[in-house]
Amino acid sequence: MAITTFSSAEQYNFDIVKKFAVMAVVWAVVGMFVGVYIASELAWPFLNFDSPYISFGRLRPVHTGAVIFGFGGSALFATSYYVVQRTCQTRLISDGMASFTFWGWQAVIVLAALSYVSGYSQGREYAEMEWPIDILIEVVWVAYLILFVGTIMRRKQPHIYVANWFYLAFILATALLHTFNNLAVPVDLFSLKSYSLFSGTQDAMTQWWYGHNAVGFFLTAAFLGMMYYFVPKQAGRPIYSYRLSIVHFWALGFMYMWVGAHHLHWTALPDWTSTLAATFSILLLMPSWGGMINGIMTLSGAWDKLRTDPVMRFLIVALSFYGMSTFEGPMMSLKEVNALSHYTDWTVGHVHSGALGWVAMISFGSLYHMIPKLWDTKLYSTRLVEVHFWLATIGVLLYIIAMWVSGITQGLMWRATDEFGNLQYSFVESVAAMVPFYIMRAVGGAFFLSGAAIMAYNVFMTIRQGKQEAAALEARLAAKMAAVGA
Amino acid sequence: MRINFKHEWIETNIGLMLVLTMLAISVGGLVEIAPLFFIKKTVENVEGINVRPYTPLELRGRDIYIREGCYTCHSQMIRPFVDEKLRYGHYSLAAESQYDHPFQWGSKRTGPDLARVGGKYSNAWHVQHLIAPRSMVPESVMPNYPWLATTLLDLSDITGRMKALRAVGVPYSLTEAEREANVKKFGEQIAAQLHIADAKQNLVEQANLGNYDGDRAGVSEMDALVAYLQVLGTMVDFTRLDEDELVRSR
Repeated sequence: MAITTFSSAEQYNFDIVKKFAVMAVVWAVVGMFVGVYIASELAWPFLNFDSPYISFGRLRPVHTGAVIFGFGGSALFATSYYVVQRTCQTRLISDGMASFTFWGWQAVIVLAALSYVSGYSQGREYAEMEWPIDILIEVVWVAYLILFVGTIMRRKQPHIYVANWFYLAFILATALLHTFNNLAVPVDLFSLKSYSLFSGTQDAMTQWWYGHNAVGFFLTAAFLGMMYYFVPKQAGRPIYSYRLSIVHFWALGFMYMWVGAHHLHWTALPDWTSTLAATFSILLLMPSWGGMINGIMTLSGAWDKLRTDPVMRFLIVALSFYGMSTFEGPMMSLKEVNALSHYTDWTVGHVHSGALGWVAMISFGSLYHMIPKLWDTKLYSTRLVEVHFWLATIGVLLYIIAMWVSGITQGLMWRATDEFGNLQYSFVESVAAMVPFYIMRAVGGAFFLSGAAIMAYNVFMTIRQGKQEAAALEARLAAKMAAVGA
Repeated sequence: MRINFKHEWIETNIGLMLVLTMLAISVGGLVEIAPLFFIKKTVENVEGINVRPYTPLELRGRDIYIREGCYTCHSQMIRPFVDEKLRYGHYSLAAESQYDHPFQWGSKRTGPDLARVGGKYSNAWHVQHLIAPRSMVPESVMPNYPWLATTLLDLSDITGRMKALRAVGVPYSLTEAEREANVKKFGEQIAAQLHIADAKQNLVEQANLGNYDGDRAGVSEMDALVAYLQVLGTMVDFTRLDEDELVRSR
């Protein structure tokens, strides 16, 4: 074992994968902690403590930034660097550039969080970073693209493995979206404040084209790349259908970019745009479910693994949540359903069934698969993985059930009229009705967070164990060499 | 000549894969976004709609609204439903946010929509509500914003802010010709407010005259934010609009 690891460490740049993998776990805990905190602020407003720095409006982008770009982003960098090297059987083309993407990306997350709490925000959801941070992202991203494509060009195989197609689409789409959605004019060169190039309707459309495809490519296509490598690996079986992965890839990539305007149903955006978006949202169900089926069916003939292997369980439950939320999404994009669901907690619940159930779970599974391999050891505790799995699953369920109930309640209360045609409830009555569900959501989040904390401990102990084993091995080798020498 | 397409060609050629992927992901945005800049009907052009840019004080209030992340809980986009009309007023027009860089339509109503909150409550109500929301609405879950009343508004870069907005298309005037164009479009009084050279003076004057925060000493962030909230949704007089023409215009 030691010999192969030694040579594969030479062959591949695993150092960069390790760094990103560790930061993925760190950002998961930090980002989810902030999430639980702001959820608690909604349940118990005194938690805002009259402080600008931790008031809900400023902390919310800290949460979304830390989980999407910190946790999700780091997990994607880690797995994409791992997958591209293993499937192309070659080393990343530049260690320096890889290192730059690491430090650059971590700087982005930290600077963004600091800027939000100090009151700098572009006021665009999931793109709140002000212009200097946007430029840093752009530079890091170009380096990432060059590194990824360059490594593929040096592959030892004629074929590019399907996981890499998805990672590639994610890198390209993110570059495209990030660039156009952040076009802005700064107040001056030494001011962090800027104003977006577009306004009103056009600005709304650009933002939600970005916003939904941050979901579509950052949080879906890329994690599908993860799925296409780690599910077959963990199952020890080839992917279910090669043909299905081709259809899945092209249909998903093409269709996702059309659906953003379903966030703007019934608004001042022209009807033709939002209708088109709704149509493509419905169509998108097919490639989404095709991908889910491709993933889950990979396990056919090895279903017993679900009983024995908690890592496999993370991967498969992630795919189930993926299927569930990609059904829910198209349904919510129907104008009639959207009329009820929009502006309510239902949207928040939908996002989290995707973000916690799919994105976080597939990342947890992949990290549990990858981390022992990187440090050439076994997981410190499979039992703790099991505990994490149940905490996470119960957490997601509490969260989304709370949000379904509160969201539909809000929607119905807002539109309820009495027998005389007057509104039945004042707005604040709907706020009061939310309190138990906000508490339940915070509890669900706390479950999920504690699972992530257990994972952090498990990962820490696994790495320590790996290092100890390596040191012991080295000592034994040294002793043997000394004996031979004598 | 018959070409027997094989997906293998793409799978073995990274250049081809890059180009085709880029094509596949570009179509949606091109078809849905680009036309919005060219189709004239995207923003209603109906007799009687004459939305003006924000005054310097309102603009600074809007900056604070964005800084505090108000859009994470409040929308500014009323939909064309009976209940929303009863609760908030006429549905929002595209024209009403035409000078909003960025738009603040929002996506969530943890609190109520604010698109037409202007004039609905008194200045004093807003001040008290922002300092301690639960003193006015016991069930509210909004954070307290006491620092708005105690922080003086930073006036140093107001001209820079207006110049940046002018660069992205808001008709704030730098030159005499631009000022005159504004006089024609918005009238003498408003045109004066939109003149960048007089921004600081206009801002202080409006704050003193309006006395939004109920405290005449200095211009606070509260002055600016309340001035902004009070102008929301008030720029179009719907009693003077022809509803049929409005519907046809879309």
